[in-house]
Amino acid sequence: MNYNWNWSAFFDASPEGVGTYMDTLIQGGITTLWTALISFAIAFVLGSAVGILRTLPGRRIGAFAICYVELFRNIPLLMQMFLWYFVLPEALPTDISRWIKALPDGSFYTAVICLGFYTSSRVAEQVRAGILALPPGQRAAGLALGLSRGQTYRYVLLPMAYRMILPPLTSEFLNNTKNTSVALTIGLLEITARARAMQEFSFQVFEAFAAATVFYLAVNMISVRVMQVVERRVAVPGFIAGKA
Amino acid sequence: MFSNFDFGVIYASLGYLFWDGMSFTMLVTIVATVIGTVLGTLLAIMRLSGVWILSRLSGAYIDLIRSLPLVLIIFWFYFLVPYVGQWITGAPRPVQVGAVLSTMLTFTLFEAAYFAEIMRAGIQSIPKGQTAAGAALGLSPTQVMVSIILPQAFRNMLPVLLTQTIILFQDTSLVYVLSITDFLGAASKVAHRDGRLVEMYLFAALIYFLISLAASVYVRGLQRRYAIAR
Amino acid sequence: MISGLRFVTLSRAVCLVALGASLIIPDARAADALTGTLKKIKETGTITLGYRESSVPFSYIDEKQKAVGYSIDICARIVDALQKDLGLAKMEVRYNPVTSATRIPLMANDTIDLECGSTTNNLDREKQVGFSTTIFLTANRFISKRSAKLKTLQDLKGKTIVGTSGTTNIKQINELNTKGALGMTIIPAKDHAEAFLMLETDRAVAFVMDDVVLAGLAAGAKTPDEYEISADALSIEPYAIMMRKDDPPFKAAVDGVINNLYKSGEINHIYAKWFEAPIPPRSINMHLPMSAAFKRVVAKPTDSGDPAAYAGN
Repeated sequence: MNYNWNWSAFFDASPEGVGTYMDTLIQGGITTLWTALISFAIAFVLGSAVGILRTLPGRRIGAFAICYVELFRNIPLLMQMFLWYFVLPEALPTDISRWIKALPDGSFYTAVICLGFYTSSRVAEQVRAGILALPPGQRAAGLALGLSRGQTYRYVLLPMAYRMILPPLTSEFLNNTKNTSVALTIGLLEITARARAMQEFSFQVFEAFAAATVFYLAVNMISVRVMQVVERRVAVPGFIAGKA
Repeated sequence: MFSNFDFGVIYASLGYLFWDGMSFTMLVTIVATVIGTVLGTLLAIMRLSGVWILSRLSGAYIDLIRSLPLVLIIFWFYFLVPYVGQWITGAPRPVQVGAVLSTMLTFTLFEAAYFAEIMRAGIQSIPKGQTAAGAALGLSPTQVMVSIILPQAFRNMLPVLLTQTIILFQDTSLVYVLSITDFLGAASKVAHRDGRLVEMYLFAALIYFLISLAASVYVRGLQRRYAIAR
Repeated sequence: MISGLRFVTLSRAVCLVALGASLIIPDARAADALTGTLKKIKETGTITLGYRESSVPFSYIDEKQKAVGYSIDICARIVDALQKDLGLAKMEVRYNPVTSATRIPLMANDTIDLECGSTTNNLDREKQVGFSTTIFLTANRFISKRSAKLKTLQDLKGKTIVGTSGTTNIKQINELNTKGALGMTIIPAKDHAEAFLMLETDRAVAFVMDDVVLAGLAAGAKTPDEYEISADALSIEPYAIMMRKDDPPFKAAVDGVINNLYKSGEINHIYAKWFEAPIPPRSINMHLPMSAAFKRVVAKPTDSGDPAAYAGN
C-alpha cells in the first residue's frame, strides 16, 4: 500500500491556530458525547410517553401514538435533519425563525432535537413491548389494590418494564450515539466531522478516521460494561430480568 | 417561503429524481440486501461453527462494523477500497473502483454484519433436535445446514430481514456525504440549483415515508401470516 | 523474415533493418517510457475526471446533470491531446463527483486522474498532490446579505460564518478568528451550494470563499441583488487542475496543453464563453473580464503555489 503513514500528524498544529489535531478530535469527541446524551434523554422521556400512550385504552390516543412512531421511523434520519434545519424555520413566523437561525450553536440544538425525536420513536416501541410483555395479572393486581391507573404504571408496570427492556434500550443508546455522526451534514463538529477536517488539511486520511474509529469502539465498550453493571444492580431476583 | 410553494419545480424534476436518483437508491438497496444476506448467513454460520478462529474472526468483524456509524464506514470504504484492491490483486497501483461500485460494496459489507446477527438468531431458533435428527438420517453437517436449518431460519427471520432492508433503504441516503446522486442527492441537487429547498425536501421526505410505510405495513402483514402458520 | 534476408544484398539488409528499427523503436521506447498516470491511461484506455457540483462557472452540473464549466472545458482539451499523444483510437472519459473533502484522498487512491474544479494551488497542498499551470486567479472574500451591512472582517465578530469544508478559505478564516479573537462560529458545509444555502436561509451571516465562486453563486441565486461581496480580500488564490504528485511526464503533457491554449489565444474564447457570456443552466452572465493578474499568467504561464508570485509589478 503506497500510503505515507504518519501517526505523529495528530500532534501537528491544527488549521484553527490553537492546539493540535488531537485537541480538535477531543473536542469533537466531547461534542459527540453531549449530543448523544442530551438527545437520548429527550428520546427517553418522549419515547416513554408515547410508548405508554400506546398501551392505554382509547382509540384516538393510540392512533396518535401510532402516527408518531410511523412518522419518525419511516423517514431517513438525514432527511429529518434537513427538515428540522432548513425547512422548519421557513414554516415559522419571521421573527421566531430569525431568532432560531441566529442562535450560535444552531446545528447542535437541531441535532439534539432531531435525534431526540427520531430515537424516541424507537424507544416508544421498546417501552410498549416491555409493558405488553408483562403478565396482564400485574395490571389487574395493581388496579385491584386500589391504585389509580397512573399509580399502577408508576409503581407496578413501568419499574418492571424498564428493567426488561434495559438491553434493547442500551442498543438504542448506542445507535443514537452512532447517529450523531449524521449531524455533520448540518455542520455539527462532532468526532467524524473533526476526523474529516483533519484529513482535509493534514492529508492523513486513514490516521484521522482510525482515531474516530477508536473513539466509537471505546464508547461502545464502556457503555456496554456500564449497562451490564446497571442491569445487575437493578435486577429483581426471580424475575425474567433478574436472571443475571 | 411556504406561501409560494412551487409544485412546478417538483413536477419538472420528477424524471431526474426517479430515473436517476431513486433507481440508484433501489439498486443499492437490492444489491446490498441480496449479497448482504448471503454474506451475513456465511458470517452467522462461521460465528456458530464452533471453530475457534472462524467464530472469532466473524465475531470481530460483526462487532466492529456494528459499533461504527455508517457515515464513518462510508468514508473509510470510499478511500480505502482502492488500496485494498491493489493489495488483493497485487496491482502496481491502487485499483480504480469508482463511486457506484464503492457504494454498493460499502453497503453490502455493512449490512452483512447486521444480516449476520439476524441469521444467527434465526439459526439458533431452530431446535437442536433437528440437527441431531438430520445427522441420524445420515445427512452431512452441510446438508443439515442447507436443507434443514437455513430454510427454516430464513423463513422465521424473513420479517426481521425485510425490516432491516427498510432501514437499509433509508440509510442509503447517507451517500449524500460523498455527493453521489441517490434519491436524496438528486432532490438536494435540484433544491440547490433552483433554490427550491422547502419543496424538494418535503417532497423527498414524503416519498421516503410512503415507500417505507408501505413496506413496513406489508412486512407486518407477513409477520402475522407467518405467526399463524407456525 | 530471416530466409528472405538471405537473398538481398548486405546494404539493402542494413537499410531494411534500419527502417524496421526506426518503425519499431520509437513505439517500443514510448511504451517502455510511459510511467505513472500516462501508463495507466494507456493501459486502461480510460481517464477519470473529478468534477465539482457547484463551482460555477468552473465545474458544475447543468440542467441535464452533466459536468460543465471553464475547468471542464480545459480538461476536455487535455483529454483530447492525451488521446492523440498516446495513440488511442478510443478513450473512455469517466466522471466522478468530488467535494473539497474528498478530492485529495480520491486523487491519492487513483479514483480520479485529474481534478477539474476550482482548486487552489498552495504550498501545503503541493506536498500531497501536483498542480498544472495556473488556470485562474481569484481572491478570498466573503459574501453577505446587503441588509446585514457587513463590510470588513471586524464586522463578523461573534457571528456565525459558513465556509466550504476542506477549502483554504475556511482554514484561513479559522486562523484569523483565533488570531484576532473574533469569537466567530465557523460552520463547515459539504460544498459551495450547501454553504450558500446556509447564507440564503440565514443560518450564517457570511460565506467565506473565493470571490469568483461567490459571484457565480450570487448570480444564480433567486435574488442576486440581495447579496454583496466584501471589498476586503483575505488572500490571493491561484486555481489549477489537480493531479497526482511526482508524475513529471503527465504534468508536462497537461501543462503543454494549457500553455498552448495560452499561446494560441484560444484561452480567450474559453474564458469569454464562461465569464462574459450567458451560461447554463439559467443563462446568467458573470460579466467578469480577465483580470490584469491573470493576463500576466497567460503571457507568462506559471504553476507556482505561492501567492506572492502573482503580485503585480
